[in-house]
Amino acid sequence: MKVLVCVKRVVDYNVRIRVKPDGGGVVTDGVKMAMNPFDEIAVEEALRMREAGHVSEVVAVTIGDKKSQEQLRTALAMGADRAIWVEHEEAIQPLGVARVLKALAEREQPGLVLLGKQAIDDDCGQTAQMLAALWQRPQATYASEVVISGETVRVTREVDAGLEVIDVDLPAVISTDLRLNEPRYVKLPDIMKAKRKPMDSYTLPDLGVELPPLVERLETTPPPARTGGFKVESVEELVATLKEKGLV
Amino acid sequence: MTEAIERDVMEFDVVIVGAGPAGLACAIRCKQQNPELMVCVLEKGSEVGAQVLSGAVIEPSGLDLLFPDWRDDPPAICVPAVKDEFSLLTAKWKLRLFTPPQMNNHGNYIVSLGGLCAWLASRAEDLGVEIYPGFAAAEVLLDESGERVIGIRTGDMGVDAAGLPKDGYTPGIDIHARVTVLAEGCRGSLSKQLISRFKLDEGCEPQTYGIGIKELWQLPEGRVTPGLIQHSVGWPLDSRTYGGSFLYHLDQDRVAVGFVTGLDYSNPYLEPYEVFQQFKNHPKIKPLFEGGEIISSGARAIVEGGLQSLPKLELPGALLIGDSAGMVNVPKIKGTHMAMHAGIMAADRLATSQESTGWDAAWRSSPWADELKQVRNIRPGFRRGLWLGLVNAGIETITFGRLPWTLGHHADHSSLKLAAESDRPEWPKRDLPPRDRLAGVYFAATEHDENQPVHLQVSDTDICITRCREEYGNPCTRFCPANVYEMVEEQGAHRLQINSGNCVHCKTCDIKDPYQIINWVTPEGGSGPNYQGL
Amino acid sequence: MSRLLIVAEHGAGNLNASVAKTLACALELKPAELDVVLFSADGAEAACQQAAALTGVSRVLSVARPENGAPMGAVLAPQVAAMAADYDYVFGPSTTFGKDLMPSVAALAGVPMVTDIMGVEDGRTFVRPTYAGNAVDKVRVPDGLVVATVRAASYKAVGGGGSAPVEALELDIELPTHSRFVEIRAGSSDRPDLQSATKVVSGGRGLGSAENFQVIYSLADKLGAGVGASRAAVDSGFVPNEMQVGQTGKIIAPDLYIAVGISGAIQHLAGIKDAGTIVAINKDPEAPIFEVADIGLVGDLFKLLPEIEAAL
Repeated sequence: MKVLVCVKRVVDYNVRIRVKPDGGGVVTDGVKMAMNPFDEIAVEEALRMREAGHVSEVVAVTIGDKKSQEQLRTALAMGADRAIWVEHEEAIQPLGVARVLKALAEREQPGLVLLGKQAIDDDCGQTAQMLAALWQRPQATYASEVVISGETVRVTREVDAGLEVIDVDLPAVISTDLRLNEPRYVKLPDIMKAKRKPMDSYTLPDLGVELPPLVERLETTPPPARTGGFKVESVEELVATLKEKGLV
Repeated sequence: MTEAIERDVMEFDVVIVGAGPAGLACAIRCKQQNPELMVCVLEKGSEVGAQVLSGAVIEPSGLDLLFPDWRDDPPAICVPAVKDEFSLLTAKWKLRLFTPPQMNNHGNYIVSLGGLCAWLASRAEDLGVEIYPGFAAAEVLLDESGERVIGIRTGDMGVDAAGLPKDGYTPGIDIHARVTVLAEGCRGSLSKQLISRFKLDEGCEPQTYGIGIKELWQLPEGRVTPGLIQHSVGWPLDSRTYGGSFLYHLDQDRVAVGFVTGLDYSNPYLEPYEVFQQFKNHPKIKPLFEGGEIISSGARAIVEGGLQSLPKLELPGALLIGDSAGMVNVPKIKGTHMAMHAGIMAADRLATSQESTGWDAAWRSSPWADELKQVRNIRPGFRRGLWLGLVNAGIETITFGRLPWTLGHHADHSSLKLAAESDRPEWPKRDLPPRDRLAGVYFAATEHDENQPVHLQVSDTDICITRCREEYGNPCTRFCPANVYEMVEEQGAHRLQINSGNCVHCKTCDIKDPYQIINWVTPEGGSGPNYQGL
Repeated sequence: MSRLLIVAEHGAGNLNASVAKTLACALELKPAELDVVLFSADGAEAACQQAAALTGVSRVLSVARPENGAPMGAVLAPQVAAMAADYDYVFGPSTTFGKDLMPSVAALAGVPMVTDIMGVEDGRTFVRPTYAGNAVDKVRVPDGLVVATVRAASYKAVGGGGSAPVEALELDIELPTHSRFVEIRAGSSDRPDLQSATKVVSGGRGLGSAENFQVIYSLADKLGAGVGASRAAVDSGFVPNEMQVGQTGKIIAPDLYIAVGISGAIQHLAGIKDAGTIVAINKDPEAPIFEVADIGLVGDLFKLLPEIEAAL
């Protein structure tokens, strides 16, 4: 079975986000970029499936400009077998990404597509579900445990009420949550080896994909700063205030 | 871990420790002169530039040599110097002084040194240099005789606080190279070991340092004068303590501001971080910053000993370049050009023969050694205070350093007076951010996995709670710009708490601790500050 | 005039609290008709009645099919998509239920989607958080159906007292059989998970020791809250690192956050920027936490916490 793992280049989680003074988005010039952490978990899970013998090939995919190849190289250094780079310079949103991934899924015929549950830049959390809907395959989102047995996979999902367990038939789309695994450290010799692993590239016309209209971003602002409220004099007053607000 | 660990081994012609200006210039020049050479650069920061901090006004001669066309596609922050100002501050006033000739920056550029290094790294990779950020060179590998360096070992990843392997434990690898180039920057942890083990500093004056603390600010529109370079001496330091401020006006309404305090200061109650903040809040300085916002901040020690403190630059199998060795022209407040030229000179030799022998002599007969020789007496002249220091600097400048003596240094860790003989400085209340050191560290975006061995090794914490507390009042709680060291009182007993997660890798503790019981070692690769534009 | 559909989450016979908040957002659009749909195997009568009582609801639609016994996105999406043809807006709550379902609905309808609406500017312009709440985007959706999830923490639940009709709706479409519900387990610990808890009590260095942290656990259990800590408390060894809230720990957005003995370093505040109400309890009236806390109480935490517990 082949696994397609989708990775996204995002501002590194350690970077302190700053909104541009002119409201045109957040500052990304000269800012450290990295693979979306949830996608890193997806790559790790795919590699573990291969190490357990369920999977024969792990293919990493990204969509983006030339620099997004760096994240594919990271996936290859972690252990992915090959990579697919879909070249696209302009903005792309989850529905467009899902259309590209669907085209790739039809081409590559994977048994599983693994993605992070959301990207830490736009925080949309849509791509996996959209791909599943378009591809007409099951979606198992927020996975914290994945067990493959034959033609089905049992996924434990982290939902608000606790842990939900579902069985889905393969091929399927799984989106990964934080507790699924802890991604491995990349080994230095593997970074060198990754440079020689195969990377195919496509353009959107190659894949016959047309992008849908975008949700237009009009303005980006910093979150409103919190200002202090008031002090209460006693425990009674505190509890009364909280009760009044319906918080306790 | 006792059981033998199997480690991968990689072979290179040259391994360079540290992706700063010296290491990257060396790597680039190696490949330019000999494309066949296998060159690898290790960098402990999560990416190149993440842990590089400098003023920085640079002389571009090294860049010109490497990439004559570099101005066509300059690094992210690169503003031509337009005007120099040198001032003396008192508590209330700012008096313009004559700008010393060394501080004339015509033809120089204000850059973010981190940005420049990222720019150099991408050029280096285009030339085929293997650069590995996120991997710390944790140990030096010696041959069986223990007399020759044969490479380095990268740090283990995935070790818990007790030193035991966690899930995902990945042992470091051995990188063997015909020559190892130490370009770690000021007080490099491997350089320190090798200088001591191979007695490279025998016959040298003790090295002396400063601590530089820097912030990058975004200011309201129209306040900055791009290219204006302002330096000051005097307040908030007393006249016995060496140091001064820098304030560099960049483009896009940004300024770089910082303060360097000589680590040979004597008052254990001095807090370099507070000195910097007081400078910013000086009545003549503060209006520039009001209403602005901090983009990034950090701190780094600077080597100030000059030629008389420069250790031998070679040992079998390894050589030292840049600040690892101590190549800073203090009166000019510049080391980047020296670092890059040392990298270039070393590479010119390595391109044909990967031998360290002869490097020390070659460098010492270069114009760069002459440059340091000329100014050798200026920094130590300030041991006698600001006024005599300025007079001495004037004389040394007029005579081009030809006077027949060389002034010495004292080791910074031995320069503290006893707490009982010292006064606590009293500072006016201030209100520009950051509020305190912890708030400042926030802008350094420093990150260390909590569950890893503490990388600030204190060999005897009893001294901290007994002798040091009584004699010096635990100066580590004040000289550290990142609030790493705290004395905590619990049920009447004192305990040293090391908040190693705050560490910005400046190395001040390793230098200034009066008992020399703090040893800075590399944490897990990729840990530490993530500077933006410093 | 527009028509708006809310897909309601419900379970164990009750309407999920997020529905009344989603409704508050929907009402800002002043729809001519505002329908709420519930999917279930058995008609979910009680939950339907609760929905019918909410202010502003025009109709409650109940779609009962055996396949709808467990709320699976892949099964519900085609049904919602089929209904969507009659609406201008389809909203769901930003719970794992809504976040799982709504993107599939949007994809089937062929339109982009807006996640986590926290404000409505006009009929096509919405405000939503990005970068974990570190930035706020104002976005405009293209023409056509609007599919979105609504961030519960940004809205106050609408009141009750209404009496909308409840209608059964039959949707004659084929549903996929490739996904099967197995079971749902409550979280492994009795205490809610820090990341998803709606109430959190956190302790800082002011607690003084690991043993003293017991007062935090005790108050949290009384409130049914998750437990967090500042980095200072972690660094002092009072609690393990996974409890750390802040820049280098977890970033959380509970409705109620009680910070006890926490000075309020900027690193800690970075983790609670999005919290609903922040309560600070600290003996130092100058502590920076009071500059951001909605409600402050100055005093000895070891005296105050037991009193609070008793008063609850």
